[in-house]
Amino acid sequence: MTDQDEKKLEQITTEIWREEAEPDNPFAASKSYCAGFDVYGDLLGKVSIIEYLWLLFKLDPPSKTQARTLEGLAVALANPGPRDHSVRGAMNAGVGGSTRASALIAAISIGAGNLGGAREVFIAMQYWQQCGADLESWIDIIQNPPRDERSDVWPEMEHIPGFDPNGASCPKPVQQLLKHLVDIEQDDILVWLQSHRQTLEQHAQSPLAFSGVAAATLFALGFEPEQAEILFLMLRLPGAAAHALEQEKMGWSRYPFFGDGLTLTNDPGSRTNDD
Amino acid sequence: MMIEKTTTTLTGPERLKAYEDNWRTEMGAWFPGERVVLRGKDVFSELSNYSWMEYLYYAITGVYSPQNARIIEGLWMLSTSFPDPRLWNNRVAALAGTARSTGALAVSAGIATSEATIYGLKPIKGAIDFLYRAAQQKNKGISIEAIVKKEFKTNRSISGYGRPLVNSDERIAPVLKFLTEQGASQGQFVRLAFEIEDYLKNSRYKYKINIAALNAATAADANLTADEYYYMTTLAFVAGILPCYIDSRSQVEGGFFPLSTDRIKSTCTTTRKWSN
Repeated sequence: MTDQDEKKLEQITTEIWREEAEPDNPFAASKSYCAGFDVYGDLLGKVSIIEYLWLLFKLDPPSKTQARTLEGLAVALANPGPRDHSVRGAMNAGVGGSTRASALIAAISIGAGNLGGAREVFIAMQYWQQCGADLESWIDIIQNPPRDERSDVWPEMEHIPGFDPNGASCPKPVQQLLKHLVDIEQDDILVWLQSHRQTLEQHAQSPLAFSGVAAATLFALGFEPEQAEILFLMLRLPGAAAHALEQEKMGWSRYPFFGDGLTLTNDPGSRTNDD
Repeated sequence: MMIEKTTTTLTGPERLKAYEDNWRTEMGAWFPGERVVLRGKDVFSELSNYSWMEYLYYAITGVYSPQNARIIEGLWMLSTSFPDPRLWNNRVAALAGTARSTGALAVSAGIATSEATIYGLKPIKGAIDFLYRAAQQKNKGISIEAIVKKEFKTNRSISGYGRPLVNSDERIAPVLKFLTEQGASQGQFVRLAFEIEDYLKNSRYKYKINIAALNAATAADANLTADEYYYMTTLAFVAGILPCYIDSRSQVEGGFFPLSTDRIKSTCTTTRKWSN
């Protein structure tokens, strides 16, 4: 191939990845480098999945405490449990015998939303970027949440991001997660959240949620809101997958259908078809 | 009735408790083995003569309008389902085909991808939203120039004007012809859309109208809300997505625009060792 031919080829530009071809096949890589590390010749066997995840997003290895913090968050988020909206979506795919991919698509599509989902984490991250560890700023943004006069494909937020509008007090697991993450490194942001949690909850009139802890943690770890949104989507998938497979085996008859749960308030009633 | 009243005022877990096993709806239901109701009408006896597009339009808006259903169908056909697998949403489906995934997965991924920023659903919803806001401002006596400048200042772009890859939009002429045939080319929003173009193309922005603005204006003239128009349009790309899947699915496995390793241009040239 001449230089001129090479110039004509459109390329994918990436800082993340570099490849060397197999001698007998330009369409197969003999070496793949992630951020300069030989993935199969060096990282494999040395790196944990959390460290590799960090490397993919940040292009530099995490410190021990950064990896432990992300790992703690990943464990906490891995299975929201079968009552969670996103996991329920996956299980609906399972009981109907839908494709396994559709189970994850369902979990992602539902778990993307404003209520307990990745979009909530994204917006909460923007709040963190704007307010940091400044209580006055937080009170102000809670009382006057930013509104775009334009209409977007995303529904408007109907509650303060990071807090549960249907909650009562802050659930124990949320507090346990926050304490675990604080204990790792006494990170300033997480310590601040822990010590101001109740004040923030009073102003938000609702308790801190997992999405709020996730946003604070990913902000503390230096992720961008876009990265936080997509990480939150990924990290919650394992539980959705496992529950979908379990319900697939159980079948639809052992899964709630809410047979008596629906009331049609404008039912025209049975019609005789005279035709 | 009591539940309806209290659910709006309850908060926290009490609110959820009121909804537990209690979904009250006017949208519709299936009565197993018997009948189906959509928005208060019996599907088998009252809606059986609807076309699918009329049914979809009724499902989304609650209005039976063969005229609007026909207009939207025409807009879809002429302007939103281009079977070119290089277009990004279609390419997702083509990749699914070449990788031998399923048709439904290809379509779902293609539709999801159609909610894009540089094309597809975000500009489509943005365009109708802008036209409604622009009409409000114009009714207050604000000039087109001032409306456009304010939009640029706050949003750095105007949904429905300008286009990636090319400047002009080849869909405008055929869609206008179709709208004229339907008697729908002279509504106030279509006229406003072209009034805005007149200003833009002669300004320093040099933007021309793209199909998102014309389609949105047509929908606004049909009294669709921004949300209703958005819901309708979510399916508009399917007839372009599926052919791309079918095509790559029927050709050689992995044959759709394969990439050799030298198609990766890495900006990271360092090599380093991991140390634990």
